[in-house]
Amino acid sequence: MGLWEQYRLRLRRKRLLIRALRKALALKPVANRTGQIRRRDVLLFATLRNERIRLPYFLQYYRDLGIGHFLFVDNGSDDGSRDYLAAQPDVSVWTTTASYKRARFGMDWINWLLRRYGRGHWTLTVDLDEFLVYPFYDTRPIRALTDWLDSCEARSFPAMLLDMYPKGPVDAVPYQEGQNPFEIARWFDSGNYTITKNDDLQNLWIQGGPRARLMFADAPRNAPALNKIPLVKWRRGYVYASSTHMLLPRGLNRVYDAQGGEKISGCLLHAKFLSTMTSKVQEELVRREHYIGSREYIAYSEALETGPDMWCKHSVDYRNWRQLEDLGLMSKGNWA
Amino acid sequence: MTAGFVMMCHTELGRAAQVARFWAKAGAPVVVHVDGKVGQPAFDAFAHGLSDLDNVSFSRRFNCEWGTWSLVAAAQAGAQQMLDRHPQVGHVFLASGACLPLRPLAELTAYLAARPQTDFIESVTAADVDWTAGGLHDERFTLHFPFSWRRQRWLFDRYVRLQRRLNYRRPVPAGLEPHLGSQWWCLTRRTLTAILQDPDRARQERYFRGVWIPDESYFQTLVRRHSRSIESRSLTLSKFDVYGKPHVFYDDHLDLLRQSDCFVARKVWPRANLLYRRFLDQKIPAAAGADPDPVRVDRLFAAATERRTKGRAGLYMQSRFPRRDHENGKTPAPYAVFHGFAEVIEEFEPWATKHLAARVHGHLFAPERVEFAGGAVLQPGCLSDSAALRDYNPQAFLTNLLWNARGETQAFQFGPRDTQACNWFMATDPNAQIAVITGAWAVPLFRSNRDFADLRREGLDCKRSNWRIWAFCARCMSRRGCGSGRSPISSKTR
Repeated sequence: MGLWEQYRLRLRRKRLLIRALRKALALKPVANRTGQIRRRDVLLFATLRNERIRLPYFLQYYRDLGIGHFLFVDNGSDDGSRDYLAAQPDVSVWTTTASYKRARFGMDWINWLLRRYGRGHWTLTVDLDEFLVYPFYDTRPIRALTDWLDSCEARSFPAMLLDMYPKGPVDAVPYQEGQNPFEIARWFDSGNYTITKNDDLQNLWIQGGPRARLMFADAPRNAPALNKIPLVKWRRGYVYASSTHMLLPRGLNRVYDAQGGEKISGCLLHAKFLSTMTSKVQEELVRREHYIGSREYIAYSEALETGPDMWCKHSVDYRNWRQLEDLGLMSKGNWA
Repeated sequence: MTAGFVMMCHTELGRAAQVARFWAKAGAPVVVHVDGKVGQPAFDAFAHGLSDLDNVSFSRRFNCEWGTWSLVAAAQAGAQQMLDRHPQVGHVFLASGACLPLRPLAELTAYLAARPQTDFIESVTAADVDWTAGGLHDERFTLHFPFSWRRQRWLFDRYVRLQRRLNYRRPVPAGLEPHLGSQWWCLTRRTLTAILQDPDRARQERYFRGVWIPDESYFQTLVRRHSRSIESRSLTLSKFDVYGKPHVFYDDHLDLLRQSDCFVARKVWPRANLLYRRFLDQKIPAAAGADPDPVRVDRLFAAATERRTKGRAGLYMQSRFPRRDHENGKTPAPYAVFHGFAEVIEEFEPWATKHLAARVHGHLFAPERVEFAGGAVLQPGCLSDSAALRDYNPQAFLTNLLWNARGETQAFQFGPRDTQACNWFMATDPNAQIAVITGAWAVPLFRSNRDFADLRREGLDCKRSNWRIWAFCARCMSRRGCGSGRSPISSKTR
């Protein structure tokens, strides 16, 4: 990397940090329990808007993995999400009604929280419909993973977004509060993902899955990115550059082996395609607060109207992480 | 006679205390060395927690740093204290705070009593092993290492390189033949006394202070001078990964550890509550006299190393994205490419489908759509027949197809009209078996009865594209030696 290149990336990183500080002025604390955070806790960060029905299962899932403290930014919910979260003993909540889009889809707020509270901790940044699966997650708590990553001197851990969908129309089976969403959305595409390397930030750009297959078949370039690096040992000066797809400094994005070996990785099971989606899509189409003129949501609404079945006869029924490992969607690396 | 344990502890003192208590209550004396860097309050609490056991004592504390002499000094002090205070001890067992006993003490005692003169210590010459971290084999005995590998890596590397360039070699003292091995050993009182009372000890220590990672070589070398009977293996089950870092055991290794019949395992994750609960339970019935046999553990960790260094051939994913031509296998299995056969031989595809033990596709790279076998719209893995999706990343399309179809040989037609983006990839892939009938593109044109001007234009297009294919075929043949490859496709009818 040349000096100029280094300088350019440094400038970009600084700009994102300053931006985060500026945008964070709009955040108002609702419940700040960050004093309870212990030195070695793994912290979870998320932005949400009107996700009340998802919260109980989300919190239970990540508590079971061993998350020590949750830090949420509530973007103007009016369905009681904020009060529900504020009443939880291991949750801190900030609220804002500022534009989600102008806070780079919430990432500026999260970057600030990470900078303020994440330093020295392993931090997990996810959406409310993303559920982390890592090797041995059914028998080893997340501290086992982070301790091991520490011993390997690894600073970040990748988990590709895996779109899960039901058989039949998306809204056929209503999702009940507290229910495991993958009882309904239990199918996934196992092997139609494409990868290109982004030379600028050294990350991989992964696309594919059911969304590319059904909604972006004629414009695959526009299909959503599925590469994510949600788990990072946070240090001062780190910053998410675009969603949780990539970070600066860019060394954090080198989570893959380029010599043929396999590094460790996980998956974020994506519980987007549930009955909750119909109302969400209508709301987001009016708000227009999503990426590139909510292009994705326009495609979803078209797809929802025709009531497509995302399921096909090659869809795979989700069983466990070992199945994802066998299929080559994630890897144990040299963790055994 | 009994065994005595010297325990080296630096973190997770709570777990270390549990293990010390396990051994002490079973009747084995324990000498604990606590790293000098542990604060006095933590040490006091730890010592107080064990104060009810009169066969547990604490040895002089050294500030220990990885890879330095301090670890040997601490082990020497602990061993000396053990020999001085507990005359009934026949074997001294060096353990760490992250060790977990897997079998009752009585079994270990019986095992050692049956081999009263045997020293259990892995002791091999540098030439015999390939596990040494940092690439330093015999050089760890012949160079100087004034800088810390952990904290001053840059200086460490530069200084090693400088000594190599100057051809510098530190003399090894006469009478010593450098050996190395796991730092967890179990030595007889006789051998250990001889090592600690060696008349040459001062000179040996001076030498080993300058050796890199002396805790893996001091006792391992001296035991060769003093022992009557060495079994060159450690009684502690401890495995290292490719980076020289110990593998860690978790709750889900319970059965694996139980079946290994090893006496002690290292390193155990401090929060592996199930392991600590099960193995520190004094009431577990003894598994009568079995010899340690960690073959399943070995296999597990060997597989992990294999996965980390070589990976699965033909897999492209979020944490394995090899650089071009560094793939360790571009594709997972052999496949066949037929160029021009469908044009020259009528009904070639149905014929091939019937006679070859393979899934025979049409033109996978046809411009209109992907011609999967049997006109299928989707393939395993939910791979779509959309030409746009395929052409967005043709190489990923091909590798996905092959990866998803592991276990079933794939074959497809190829021609000048098709997307040519994968030519280099296939030409350099030893799994690709490519059969070409040149000029076959002319046959359908000849039979099409079309306007001459049209034919000429299309013919030129095909020809231009054919030049490219020719260039690529020539390249594959020169790479692999034409025709020497064995066909992956066996005939069903033969």
